[in-house]
Amino acid sequence: MSAALRHVFLASLRRRRLATALSLLAIGLGVTLGLAVQLINSAALEELGRGMRLLAGEADLQVVGPRGGFDDALYPALAQRSEVRVASPVLEIEARLPDHEGETLRILGIDLFRAARVTPLLRMEVETPEGASDERRDQLAPLRPDNLFLSPAAADRLGLAVGDRLEVQVGVRAVALQVAGSVPDADQALAVMDIAGAQQVFERIGVITRIDLRLAPGVSRAVAQQRLNDELPPGVAAMTPAESESEVLGLSRAYRVNLTMLAAIALLTGAFLVFSAQWLSVVRRRSELAFLRALGLDRAALRRGLLVEGGALGLLGGLLGVVVAYLLTALAFRVIGGDLGAGFFRGVSPELHFAPVLTAVYLSLAVLAGLAGAWLPAREAARMIPARALRSGDEAEAYRAAPRWGLVVAILAVAGALCLLPPLGGVPVFGYLAVLLILVGAVLALPGATPRALALLRPGRSTPWRLAKARLTAAPGQVLIAGAGIVASAALAVSMAIMVFSFRGSVDDWLTQLLPADLYVRASDSSASGYLDPDAVSRVAALPGVERVRPVRFETLRLGEARRAVTLIARPVQRSSGLPLVAGMQRPGWVGDGARPAWISEALADRFGLAVGDPLALPLRGEADPFRVAGIWRDYARQQGAVVIELDDYRALTGDLRTNDLGLFLAEGVAPEAVMAAIRDALGERVSEMILPGELRTMILEVFDRTFLVTYLMEAVAVLIGLFGVSTTFAALATSRRKELGILRHLGLRRRQIGALLAREAALTAGVGLAVGLAAGGAIALVLVEVINRQSFHWSMDLRLPIGVLVAFGLSLILLSALAAHLAGRQAMRQDAVVAVREDW
Amino acid sequence: MLSIENLTKRFASSADRPLFEDLSLTVAPGESVAIMGDSGVGKSTLLNCIAGLEPVDGGRIRLGDTELTALDEDAFAQLRRRALGFVFQAFHILPHLTLAQNVALPLWLLEVGEAEADRRARAMLARVGLEGRADDWPRHLSGGELQRVAIARALVHGPALVLCDEPTGNLDPERAAGVLELLFERLRAAGAIAILVTHSRAAAGHADRILRLTEAGLVPDADQALRTR
Repeated sequence: MSAALRHVFLASLRRRRLATALSLLAIGLGVTLGLAVQLINSAALEELGRGMRLLAGEADLQVVGPRGGFDDALYPALAQRSEVRVASPVLEIEARLPDHEGETLRILGIDLFRAARVTPLLRMEVETPEGASDERRDQLAPLRPDNLFLSPAAADRLGLAVGDRLEVQVGVRAVALQVAGSVPDADQALAVMDIAGAQQVFERIGVITRIDLRLAPGVSRAVAQQRLNDELPPGVAAMTPAESESEVLGLSRAYRVNLTMLAAIALLTGAFLVFSAQWLSVVRRRSELAFLRALGLDRAALRRGLLVEGGALGLLGGLLGVVVAYLLTALAFRVIGGDLGAGFFRGVSPELHFAPVLTAVYLSLAVLAGLAGAWLPAREAARMIPARALRSGDEAEAYRAAPRWGLVVAILAVAGALCLLPPLGGVPVFGYLAVLLILVGAVLALPGATPRALALLRPGRSTPWRLAKARLTAAPGQVLIAGAGIVASAALAVSMAIMVFSFRGSVDDWLTQLLPADLYVRASDSSASGYLDPDAVSRVAALPGVERVRPVRFETLRLGEARRAVTLIARPVQRSSGLPLVAGMQRPGWVGDGARPAWISEALADRFGLAVGDPLALPLRGEADPFRVAGIWRDYARQQGAVVIELDDYRALTGDLRTNDLGLFLAEGVAPEAVMAAIRDALGERVSEMILPGELRTMILEVFDRTFLVTYLMEAVAVLIGLFGVSTTFAALATSRRKELGILRHLGLRRRQIGALLAREAALTAGVGLAVGLAAGGAIALVLVEVINRQSFHWSMDLRLPIGVLVAFGLSLILLSALAAHLAGRQAMRQDAVVAVREDW
Repeated sequence: MLSIENLTKRFASSADRPLFEDLSLTVAPGESVAIMGDSGVGKSTLLNCIAGLEPVDGGRIRLGDTELTALDEDAFAQLRRRALGFVFQAFHILPHLTLAQNVALPLWLLEVGEAEADRRARAMLARVGLEGRADDWPRHLSGGELQRVAIARALVHGPALVLCDEPTGNLDPERAAGVLELLFERLRAAGAIAILVTHSRAAAGHADRILRLTEAGLVPDADQALRTR
């Protein structure tokens, strides 16, 4: 069999160069997209994770709480416990640098002596300024409150040397720190200073954000973690470094899974193309294969030979894809770094490494795609009756395809049932399976849908029209072969277009509701060290033209048994403009009964299984304060979940009067620009940031579009592959029907009419494929919106149809298909072309 | 020896209507039999039934000690590979294989090493008068030459039974005569049983025995009987 396999089966791939090249391209592109996305993401994750591991050092457990920190009295309590060998307190500040255009620097306040035993890589090295004598080295420099030690990466980024001063922002003030040395072992951009100094400089006296613990010898980490979590105050948790890492890396998981799935769909389109090419090849080689069967090649060997062809296509396409993926990844790292647009890995500079397992997985997927594409044609070839196939004219058998409505309905029913299942480990596995089944069901619906769709058309007068209709009605298998690629790519494009259009529209509406003010002011990003104190807020509120202000405070909390991090937003709710509510009320009737209201985001409701009216304990001051869910709102900004409470409640419970964002409502006729100038004068230009709602909206929608850029790219590739498939399939069909077309020419049809016949067949095929693709695309969009997005990101959105885009897309697809077929027909009818392409397919 | 006993084949479209019924035939080793008959009487179908390419509806076929009608599909494929050769009207020469590769095809299926298969194919091509053409492509050959290649391919693996379906149907009389001369010469040299289905009396005349397939079954050809007498 090996010689026959090589000369008869594998050699056939070489003969039909165009089809083989296209199949290789399709599979290669799928692999390239998938692998490149994975390589970029996994390298960025590895880099991010490595940074986190560096900061965790040799800690067995890390005690963490809200971003704002927790009472440092917990530190001595933990340090004295018998199971703890060393406890090292940390105050982590993301310091805004007013002289560096609002850039931030991560500053770790540590206890020099404790940290040396847990996180030795954060060692501070005292250095003297260039040219100064070593004798002037101040060995106590690490303990001085205004001294700062920069890692080489930070010094390089900020262009600072020992002896330089660096201003950091605290509230709306700038405080100068002195660079006293380096953190030579840290390879990230960060700074280290004494913890007491950090508390003093950043006005965080009595607060720490983390305690790194090394456990005593013989103490089980799991037992110690359990015991600590039982005793720690609400909102504070003991986590292993791996758990902390996975909490951070998990934020981008849904996004990464979605990109991977999109790439998988591109690979699936490749499989459909292999299917079309292999089916046509089997039709053209029908008598050859029948003759081989007559010579004694059994069914299994024939099936194996044809599957090997598909597998070889997959393998070669996969190898091509792998090479291009690595090149593309290297290029991406050089040009855009590790972030694909969503901002999860912005600023991360990963390095490209060979990933053998990932590469092997994608190669296997490519081979599987090739085998899957070749499976049905191989089965059809193995089923043919050799005695009949040896007679000419038997090709029509291969284009016969019985409607399989029962199977289609069953597949769609299973897809529907899968949509009702919950996600697996936070990944909407069943949703993705449902998408796959809808695609398969749509392709299988083609033979049944074709005669029905054609019956709806008026009988045309022209001969080509009648012949085209008759041909497709009698041979719906032709629509199956040529239309499978159209259905797959149209369904993908349509579903993505509907989903993205719905999403963008919903985000736009959401922004309108969320940004009611005329101007927004802040001292820094909410995670950084700038904030507006009550005095600053009063000064801004008192400015001429400012009618009223709406302060917002952001914090993070750890909720529930698992103490998962969520965002807390304290702002006026009931006396202010609306939240984008999807359930509950903004002004619940029960307020005043002693229960404080909280409005939770959909993500929080999903993650914690909460509904309107449920009690909710928020650990705002080291103990669980009782709230009740008054409403559920739509939040596209925080995937991990967010809870909104009244600012007055927050301030009453915590005493924290700081403000992160201030919304300004201006008097009628007042120009925001004039107020902006007044604010710069009042607060200082360097320590404040202002933005108009229109600018903010544009900025957010730009981020949205950038996030979906990769999606658009993948979609375009899939449609392109589908269109290539249509044109080459019709070229092959025209070539394989030379005899039939020749007879029509003998009967008096002009060459132009033959072209018209093929163009009409293609337009009808594309029309039927498009109709089925539109229906499938609509169904997939529904799954994307209602299942995959809900389960991945916990986002709901209003379904909207981009009618104009869909109509333009559909018409272009039909016209391009007709054009491709017309050109293919003209080529096939040229005698010299016949000879040239005869051996090509 | 090939023996056919009470063979019945019905139309695929109508299970009640037999194409032929209770056909019986015995062919001795080395003997060639030509089967003639009107179009649509079932000559090619009979050939396909003997080759196991179409199922039968009754009766038995034996080749030597092997009962062909008892074989399952895979076993029949194995037997075809080993013991059967085919010559078709449409030649069925694969256009993308050289002449030597076309002839070597049955040997490849028998897992004969490529070098050995090539050697035997070239030798067989020489025996059918195509010496020195082994590396040519089929598109450079005439119809008669293509059928010579088909004959070489049918015999290269030493089959016990060769089935020929209108082997000269696509050739002009002059070329047909040359091909038939060669075919029967090689068949006799190989000692194989040959069943030839044809409309051509000239072609049938090369066989040891001529039968006609009629509604009454397989009957000796009257002309040959007359000539023999």
